[in-house]
Amino acid sequence: MPELTINSGVELRNSRLEIHRFRQRLAIASGVVLFIFVLLFARFFYLQVIQHKHYNTRAEANRISIVPIAPSRGIIVDRNGVPLANNYSAYTLEIVPGRIDDIEALIDDLATVIEITPRDRRRFKRLVEESRGNASLAIRTRVSEEEIAIFAANRYRFPDVEINARLFRQYPQAEMFSHVVGHIGRINQSEVGQLEAEGRYANYRGTEYMGKTGLEQSYETNLHGTTGVEEVEVDSGSRAVRTLTRSAAVSGNNLVLKLDAKLQEAAYRAFGEHRGALVAIDPANGGVLAFVSKPGFDPNLFVDGIDPASWKDLNDSIDRPMVNRALAGTYPPGSTIKPYMALAALTLGKRRPEQGINDPGYFRLGDHTFRDQKVGGHGVVDMYKSIVESCDTYYYQLANDLGIDNISNFLRVFGFGSHTGIDINGESAGILPSQEWKMRRFKQKWYAGETISVGIGQGYNAFTPLQLAQAIAAIASDGVVYRPHIVDYIENSVTRERTTVKSQPLRTLDLKPEHLGVVKQALVGVNREGTGARVFAGAQYVSAGKTGTAQVIAIKSNEKYVESRVAERHRDHSLFVAYAPVDDPKIALAVVVENAGFGARAAAPIARQVLDYYLLGKQPAALNPPQGPR
Amino acid sequence: MTPKIKRAARVLTAHVDAPLLSATLLLMALGLVVIFSGSNQSLPRVASQAFNMLVALGVMYAFANIPPHYLMRIALPLYVLGVLLLVGVALFGDVLHGARRWLYVGVTRIQPSELMKIALPLMLAWYFEHHATTLSTRNYLIATVLLIIPVALIVRQPDLGTAVLISAAGCFTLFLAGMSWRIIVGLATAGLCAIPLVWPMLHDYQRQRILTLFDPAQDPLGSGYHTIQSTIAIGSGGIFGKGWLQGTQTRLDFIPERTTDFIFAVYSEEFGLMGNLLLLVLFLLVIARGAVIAGTAPTPFTRLLAGAITLTFATYAFVNLGMTSGVLPVVGVPLPLISYGGTSLVTICLGLGVLMSIQTHKKLVQS
Repeated sequence: MPELTINSGVELRNSRLEIHRFRQRLAIASGVVLFIFVLLFARFFYLQVIQHKHYNTRAEANRISIVPIAPSRGIIVDRNGVPLANNYSAYTLEIVPGRIDDIEALIDDLATVIEITPRDRRRFKRLVEESRGNASLAIRTRVSEEEIAIFAANRYRFPDVEINARLFRQYPQAEMFSHVVGHIGRINQSEVGQLEAEGRYANYRGTEYMGKTGLEQSYETNLHGTTGVEEVEVDSGSRAVRTLTRSAAVSGNNLVLKLDAKLQEAAYRAFGEHRGALVAIDPANGGVLAFVSKPGFDPNLFVDGIDPASWKDLNDSIDRPMVNRALAGTYPPGSTIKPYMALAALTLGKRRPEQGINDPGYFRLGDHTFRDQKVGGHGVVDMYKSIVESCDTYYYQLANDLGIDNISNFLRVFGFGSHTGIDINGESAGILPSQEWKMRRFKQKWYAGETISVGIGQGYNAFTPLQLAQAIAAIASDGVVYRPHIVDYIENSVTRERTTVKSQPLRTLDLKPEHLGVVKQALVGVNREGTGARVFAGAQYVSAGKTGTAQVIAIKSNEKYVESRVAERHRDHSLFVAYAPVDDPKIALAVVVENAGFGARAAAPIARQVLDYYLLGKQPAALNPPQGPR
Repeated sequence: MTPKIKRAARVLTAHVDAPLLSATLLLMALGLVVIFSGSNQSLPRVASQAFNMLVALGVMYAFANIPPHYLMRIALPLYVLGVLLLVGVALFGDVLHGARRWLYVGVTRIQPSELMKIALPLMLAWYFEHHATTLSTRNYLIATVLLIIPVALIVRQPDLGTAVLISAAGCFTLFLAGMSWRIIVGLATAGLCAIPLVWPMLHDYQRQRILTLFDPAQDPLGSGYHTIQSTIAIGSGGIFGKGWLQGTQTRLDFIPERTTDFIFAVYSEEFGLMGNLLLLVLFLLVIARGAVIAGTAPTPFTRLLAGAITLTFATYAFVNLGMTSGVLPVVGVPLPLISYGGTSLVTICLGLGVLMSIQTHKKLVQS
């Protein structure tokens, strides 16, 4: 302080210099601040004016989520309204696997709260492998109300597990209709590709399942319905806040079948423990009344994804329950081919009805002997007797006289050897042999000897039970061949409008009534006094039928078939075709019972029970199953 | 009676600077409006901030009435106390959200770095006033060390945002005190060279934040998410905004920290470019008034203090607006006078109170 006066001049100068420098610096700093604020404004201008559209779009994309609304699938009912496939609502616990680091740990954790069986785990694993994109997959389905309550109490522990109410497909009749109604299953990658190619994928945005087999598959476009769309405002956690717009889903259309569920049940039960197939057709229009393939499987297993163990069981079973025997199984027709052979002979003028042959019990061609089933033969046999007693020798000779191509051409128009065009997929065409066929198939010439076995329904020819039924129905309807169809009409879910599946005849065969009359009379004779007589004794209606036995393995010409010596799976198939009542046929059917021996023994009783039920309302005798192995 | 009341009023408001107070009140009112929207229309939240504002305005009024030479007296003790507390934090501090920022002192927890925001410019202004007559390069270097000590302690906590703001306040003081351009360039070069040394010392999340700035899309769900969503909010606001309470980014929870650090995204989405212009103008008003006060302040201490407070305020605003609009890294700096939260509000208002004090005690010093 004492120096203050001495240095005051210097200090004043310093002070002025200091103020000047300070103001200079302050001006620079202020300029910089102003410049930065201008830059900030430029940034805001860029974002809010130049890029506004871009950011506005992104804000909208943040906010709006398009949620597809899956339509409820159309239901399937029989001709009397009995449900064969319907929907029910149930809770599921779902996980999006892509969002979880350790799925196993999560499932283990979840299992402490709610029951998760090893089957659920296997099924879930399979779902994960097959799933598309970031799908939400069910770890548990059909969760009970009680379980939901328990889970809800522990909800906080499982932020990644969602409770959903979903519609499930249910097949109340289980295996009885498995091969005709079919089942749905989770949409897989190749089906996604196919839907995309057909331009239908957009309609499947909210759908996880589609028809895989049977009617579920072939009427998929009718059953599925139209997917609705909901525009939902979502928050940052993807939780829906409110609905902006909504266009409702339109339910799929319902299928009403020609099929009679009770008849189907009667037929299924009539098989007892036997494997085989039965197709019953309304001869007046081709409507399928019953369509049995036994054994069946439980289609409900597929609804929420089948577990690998059940899948393996179904595929590895020696009974092959997954094969639709009525549609894709091909069997030699055996003696059921004889009525058509007789008609061919009459039509082509090779035989007259009353013309008799002498049957010594065999037919010889060159040095080859073809045996009749009846040792010593049937004696003198005319056409009527040949069918009623099922004489082989008569048809060995006839086949030899007709030649393979005549046989083939005649049988073809009945539908043998070609697709019937039934309204489910997976049909086999079967084999209708001809010279041309053998050349194409084996690059070999046809031998005359091969024609002989074809005459009694052995040899190369093999037909589906469906074809056998279609053909016998054509006889019943005096030569009108219909396309078999299972669906009667499609009912629009909204308007209730019905679209009938056409039952127009495919063709009318050029047969003379008197020729048909001869054969039909003989078929009546079969059930009255022939091979079917014992089974049809006491029937309160007049029926026409034909037994058949199809060899599974070839028996050498000098050997005799002895059932007990042959392995069960190598035993003959038992066949029967029939229609009734003969003056106004209401039902025509074909039955194949695998490895069950003579036609009259296993197949005919089944036919009798089905006809009794359909025509008289008699329930099959459940306590008196047909005799047979197994 | 009336003249008496008038005189009393004049005495009571003698140290209040009207322009500064008006701009402050306008900004605070804007803040309440935006907090209401950003909190999904929570009135308790608004009420709580209004209470914070009353406290902050009380602090502002109190400091406006403290003459600058009292502040000069407490500058050194306050600085020493602040550094000691920071050392205390480093040794015994409570860890919260992975950072050691809080110190428990008897009844409550305090955040000493907040105190340093005012203590450091005070200290530096005092130091330069003390050596005003004999300033040499040595003084500037000592001042630099005084700056680095607290900043280093805060970086260690770690609290990058506060460290940036405090070192900015210190640097402004040094700059305004007339540090020669040679030293400035030298120190800046040294600072740039130090980046490779400092980089490994940073925490992962700090590094991530800086990297994300250059490419937010690189990590859209992680640290880039904040920037992306706030930028979308601002951009989608357009020229006039979506309207109050109408911001979808706000309402649907897409903007993070909607009432605190990212409150500007809410404001900008709902009020658009025009609203932003208003906000920038209000901030510039505060800054311009501060600059005028600094430019006309009578002593080196008051000049430097006023200048540093003003520039720090500008930095607060710039850093927050920059990070929200995606041009600066996310460093957790609130928007002054707008963001929800009592601490930063009190600190800012304390500074503004000091500005008022410097302005209103001028005549006393001059006379």
